[in-house]
Amino acid sequence: MKNKINKVQEAEDTEEIEDTEEIEEAEENEAKTYVSEEVKKRKVVVPGEVIVTGEDYLPSDGTKRVGKDILANRFGLAEEAGRVIRVLPITGAFMPRRGNTVLGRVTDITFHGWLVDIDSATSGFLPIEESPRFISKNEMDQFLAIGDVVAAKIMGVKAKGIDLTLKSKGLGKLENGFTFKVSPNRVPRVIGKEGSMINMIKEKTGCSISVGQNGWIWISGENIDNEIKARKAIDFITEKVHMEGLTDKVEEMLNGN
Amino acid sequence: MAMKSTNLTINTLKRMFKEGKRFDDRKLDEYRKIEVSYDVSNKAEGSARVKIGKTEVIVGIKLAPGTPYPDSLDKGNLMVSGDLLPLASPRFESGPPGFAAIELPRLIDRAIRESHIIELDKLVIKEGEKVWTVFIDIYPLNDDGNLIDAACIGATAALKKAKIPELNENGTADYEKKAKKELPISEGIEPLSISFFKLGDSIIMDPTREEEEACEARITFGLSKWKKQYMINSCQKSKEATFSSAEIEKMMEMLPKKFDHLNEKLKKFF
Amino acid sequence: MAIKRTDGRSLTELRPMIAKVGVIPNADGSAIFSFGDTVAIAAVYGPKQLHPQHMQDPATGILRCTYDLLSFSVHDRKKPGPSRRSQEISKVTEWALSPALDLQGFPNQVVDVQIYVIQADAGTRTAGINAASMALAHAGLPMKDLICSVACGKLDKDIVVDLNKDEEDFKDGEGATDFPLAKFATSDEFTLMQLDGKIQPERVKEVIEAATEACKEIYEVQKKALKEVVKH
Repeated sequence: MKNKINKVQEAEDTEEIEDTEEIEEAEENEAKTYVSEEVKKRKVVVPGEVIVTGEDYLPSDGTKRVGKDILANRFGLAEEAGRVIRVLPITGAFMPRRGNTVLGRVTDITFHGWLVDIDSATSGFLPIEESPRFISKNEMDQFLAIGDVVAAKIMGVKAKGIDLTLKSKGLGKLENGFTFKVSPNRVPRVIGKEGSMINMIKEKTGCSISVGQNGWIWISGENIDNEIKARKAIDFITEKVHMEGLTDKVEEMLNGN
Repeated sequence: MAMKSTNLTINTLKRMFKEGKRFDDRKLDEYRKIEVSYDVSNKAEGSARVKIGKTEVIVGIKLAPGTPYPDSLDKGNLMVSGDLLPLASPRFESGPPGFAAIELPRLIDRAIRESHIIELDKLVIKEGEKVWTVFIDIYPLNDDGNLIDAACIGATAALKKAKIPELNENGTADYEKKAKKELPISEGIEPLSISFFKLGDSIIMDPTREEEEACEARITFGLSKWKKQYMINSCQKSKEATFSSAEIEKMMEMLPKKFDHLNEKLKKFF
Repeated sequence: MAIKRTDGRSLTELRPMIAKVGVIPNADGSAIFSFGDTVAIAAVYGPKQLHPQHMQDPATGILRCTYDLLSFSVHDRKKPGPSRRSQEISKVTEWALSPALDLQGFPNQVVDVQIYVIQADAGTRTAGINAASMALAHAGLPMKDLICSVACGKLDKDIVVDLNKDEEDFKDGEGATDFPLAKFATSDEFTLMQLDGKIQPERVKEVIEAATEACKEIYEVQKKALKEVVKH
């Protein structure tokens, strides 16, 4: 019984920290995907399309310069922020990047660490020394067993695999609740401006929620009804991502039964 | 390869089903919205597209003159095939068919064949020598669970709209000419596949992919109506978990109701 | 005098085109494209780990295409499973599309493109390439350009675009020449060339010009479909 109470306490602690973590994450995303003050124009472009013409512009992610033109190098939303031009993906598979927080499932334990499926092309590897505290080789499965779900951060993306770490705030094993997947490109919308969307869902449902950049989301609440409510709100956001007044609609949904 | 369901999710679903709850608010025995449309391919003698929620399957019927089987010289032939194309899901692999790809057309074959919806004895061109072969081909376009039930609706729908091509003088089919003659179908039989899925002690119907993956057993019944009576034409229990006699009885009670309910929903399409 | 096309089209007129992306929710990218009665659907999965391992290229990701006809897409039912024809078309499709892709950032990985013809009335490989090009873009992959494809040809002495099935079987005079082509949408680089029939070398220039014009129209249709993903 005592053990149980400790666990709950622990979970709450992590949740607290997680919150700040996600807001940081969200801000990062905001900067990437939503209209900030300095963003002038956004439009959907196809590969090869000329976005802007002029020597002053600087090609960034998803673009390249050909002569005076800046061309789209992928399909997505072209954004002009000052002189910087980039194309943000709006569809497609998760492309892992250093610094992404992801959720994954432990698939195997090796001598050196844990193999973690993070639903990307190459699997993740969590070296034993990247656990938040010292873990001896013979207690690895007590810390993380096959089938366990973890929130981890990508340290590096290599040809052969992705290196993960738990040495940061809000990372670690996720207990209770459930996981599900949304399109990774919808993650910024789920989080919302400065975490506004996800924080509203957390507030209204009382659930702990962890959102991975790979589109995997973990929800754990006091009771199933609240968990279902939170999940439905998130599913709604990802379905109606282009809807006007989405935040209000979601709020309405969460206020109702 | 897509990520497998986590134990957390499986345990949550188990708890939810126990309380009669689902993420999309459906009752445990409730199907998602079903839509049927026709004329997927004008090269087929009949074709249908079935959507159950996000699951989508297309079924085409082809007819070709062929030789009868030695044990049924006075009947046309039926052949059901299909493929789980890697187009439809990251879980479907290229190469030799896996078990699910073998099982799907076999289950539809039994449900359709044993219901006798196709009057095969009317498909004889020259007795003992030449008969029509009815080919049913099934292709999922998007797998979001419960493919077998969707495929069977597609097969029944496509059969109901199928036509028999004209014959050339040399005995081959003239596919260019617009076929007018309808495929001989026994009315009122409406074979359907009705599957039950089990997780823990709960039994659910029409699972999404997420739910289906968590389930520990499936039992599929081919059901039809024969002389105004409900008839089970085929059945298969799949996966390791077991069904108790009480559960089987419960399902027997549910089958006719579900059959009528589904047919009622499908009436506007058939 | 120029020949009359059976469906009343002018020599340079394409059949009506329909294009849509996002038709297979499970896929990372997907599209459907039709030229008249020819309908092709394509799904993209990846980048993902390439198996078997010995096929992996540590220098770059690779593209893998599968093209096939659904059994009921043609009058004489096609036996399920790859034929020599479909394997050849799969390979030339791969070569038609890969120059537009930049998969160097995905070593040892593969992008799988699945193309299936639902209804066939000539031009299935070109419809398939158009669908696949849109699906690859829809999958958000690094790409230089879209690929547009059309089957041009010659009926007796006339250069025509987008042959239908009747025209493929045209027998008069010099008969029918089927000349499927694919090219970059915004430059004059060609990525697919196949030919069946008889055509004088000096007339190929006309075919190239006709294809270039046709591809402009195809590009507009592809672009519009892709941009419709974001509805305002």
